[in-house]
Amino acid sequence: MSTPIASHAGRPAARATFDWLFVVAALLVVATFIRAIYFTPVEALQGPAQKIYYVHPPSAWVAFLAFGIVAVASIGYLWMKDLRLDRLAESSAEVGVVFTTITLMTGSLWGKPIWGTWWTWDARLTSTLFLWFIYVGYLILRGAIEEPGMRARYSAVLGILGSLLIPFIHLSVYLFRTLHPMPIIGKPSKPSLPNDMLETFLMAFFSFTVLYAALLRARYRLATDQAALEAEEGR
Amino acid sequence: MTAGVSAPARRAVEAEALVRAFGPRRAVDGVSFAIDAGECLAVFGPNGAGKTTLLRVLAGLLRPTRGRAFVSGVALPGGPEARRRIGFISHASMLYAALTARENVELAARLFGVADPRDAAARALDAMRMTPHADTAVRALSRGMQQRVSIARAMVHGPSVVLLDEPFTGLDASGAAALSNALGVLRASGAALVLVTHNLDEGLSLATHAAIMRGGAFVRYEPRGPIDPRAYAESYRTLVAPDA
Amino acid sequence: MPDAFGAALLIARKDLAIEFRTRTAFFSAVVFALLAIVIFFFAWDPTAVAASDLAPGVLWVIFTFSGLLGLHRSFGVELADRALDGLLGAPVPRHAIYLGKAMANLVFVLAIEVIAVPAVALFYDMPLGGARGVAALAALLILAAIGLVAVGTLFAAMSVNTRLGELLLPMLSLPFFVPIVIPAAQTTARLLAGRPVAESIGWIKILLAFDLVFVAACTMAFPYTIED
Repeated sequence: MSTPIASHAGRPAARATFDWLFVVAALLVVATFIRAIYFTPVEALQGPAQKIYYVHPPSAWVAFLAFGIVAVASIGYLWMKDLRLDRLAESSAEVGVVFTTITLMTGSLWGKPIWGTWWTWDARLTSTLFLWFIYVGYLILRGAIEEPGMRARYSAVLGILGSLLIPFIHLSVYLFRTLHPMPIIGKPSKPSLPNDMLETFLMAFFSFTVLYAALLRARYRLATDQAALEAEEGR
Repeated sequence: MTAGVSAPARRAVEAEALVRAFGPRRAVDGVSFAIDAGECLAVFGPNGAGKTTLLRVLAGLLRPTRGRAFVSGVALPGGPEARRRIGFISHASMLYAALTARENVELAARLFGVADPRDAAARALDAMRMTPHADTAVRALSRGMQQRVSIARAMVHGPSVVLLDEPFTGLDASGAAALSNALGVLRASGAALVLVTHNLDEGLSLATHAAIMRGGAFVRYEPRGPIDPRAYAESYRTLVAPDA
Repeated sequence: MPDAFGAALLIARKDLAIEFRTRTAFFSAVVFALLAIVIFFFAWDPTAVAASDLAPGVLWVIFTFSGLLGLHRSFGVELADRALDGLLGAPVPRHAIYLGKAMANLVFVLAIEVIAVPAVALFYDMPLGGARGVAALAALLILAAIGLVAVGTLFAAMSVNTRLGELLLPMLSLPFFVPIVIPAAQTTARLLAGRPVAESIGWIKILLAFDLVFVAACTMAFPYTIED
């Protein structure tokens, strides 16, 4: 007498396995790395360690983008109560945590030769660490609630509050202490990278963003499939 | 269904194809009924039939997933105005164990904006014959006595709709008599009751309407009229047997 | 019907009456705070770091953790016999329930501090700087406690309903306490060193902004955590 709310078009078997977006993203990232390693000059001061610029800042950008989308989807969910927005937030948070982890690890790798230490309580590093804590907490919260409606409401609340918290953490940690290199292209004056480095740098941003979109889409589809399966089991 | 014809006056409690789902599971699945002031709907059914969820929707504590529910013409979950009309007796006592019976009932009276909360609380406790224990901490009362306090709490503001979830469970003869008496007084003053129970005798003795619930839906629903309790019990057994 | 503030006061008074009757949460939070104050002392080498230099840090770590301990209890009381349903069924606005719980928690947290702060001053030889210093520290404690309670009350309401229960509360709350603890500890250190309040005005502004943003945001978010 009851019919599942999810449509049958979303069932796993009905979808082609070839993910063209992911293939495009992978090719772009590989192309960026080839260009970065073989065709972009080595920086005079930092040496090969500077190549981190083609991984670390783009990862950080993607993490922020991902958590921004968590916040927007969360507001949307509380407003419209559409579970698809909850799945979008969940997917984006998970991908965001992966990129935050990459940001932290690459930052640590770069810090060893340049700053002489794996970890330092630099403002950006510390902020990123707290970013990681907030959204790992978000994922743990999701795992601790069974009922989909409640899970969606609670995580939406945390998703919104988390985005409000980020500027506060950053400001207080920044005032506490900082020794991080200042952003190199967001400045009002001319970017301080040479042109060929800058092109590779921007290419890295672009390819990482496409990679984010591909991962988000794949994760979102998984969430949709899970919901459809749960609906069938619950019947 | 008898509720199909729209009455000119507002019905006291009304449900239209009401659905409440928890994720993919539908606890209440398409329930419709309507009762007027002074009437009593008794809902019977086995555990897990969705009776408690139905009451929680009618109490405004859960949002309907689909369909609609009304209390005195206000769609649920309504605002404070709708909640003020409702008295809810759930299977949990909704009491604070560290506070006395009087403090619990008085707090409810104040939250409901009753004019003279002290006096209202004393009268509600007296109606449940709890005056001698009014200043005992709820923690120190027996289950049955806690149940009486819980009933006093739910009635202190003179609700026009009373929702009862297994109210007789745990009450002794004196408590049951006090409850029946209090419900009689409320009905005479025009309150409508929705009573959820799996005790057919108790339910049928109060009901003007009776329903049997199974798998989230009413599988039998009618105005009380000339219900033969024995035939009804037989019918109940056949209808819910697959679940029992 | 009582207005929102009246209802909030009723709920806060009810919470404090329960706490005053049972007193278990308060005593355990105070004993915890005192124990932690004492244990912290042995975590440093007293010949290398002066106890009075540690005081601000110890004070705010204790503040955070004993505050969390107080928040735990806040919604346990409501769920024991589903008393929360009684509040939700009452004709009061949802945010009044949040404000009531938060006001009671604020009193609770500040009551712990009334004992913990003199204890830190005593054990760590902390110069309080006379009446003006005490007043400034008290104002700082209130500012910090408002932010802590605003966020903590909301997360306490959420975590009691999860499978992890109270374990989740510190995990969700602690990142949110970072912008409270850093400004508060920095300001305390400057105050104790006898520097003028004007020097810490930047930090105090962060605290104020945090309180404003999160009291508003959590009040708006609370209804979503209790009803569906």
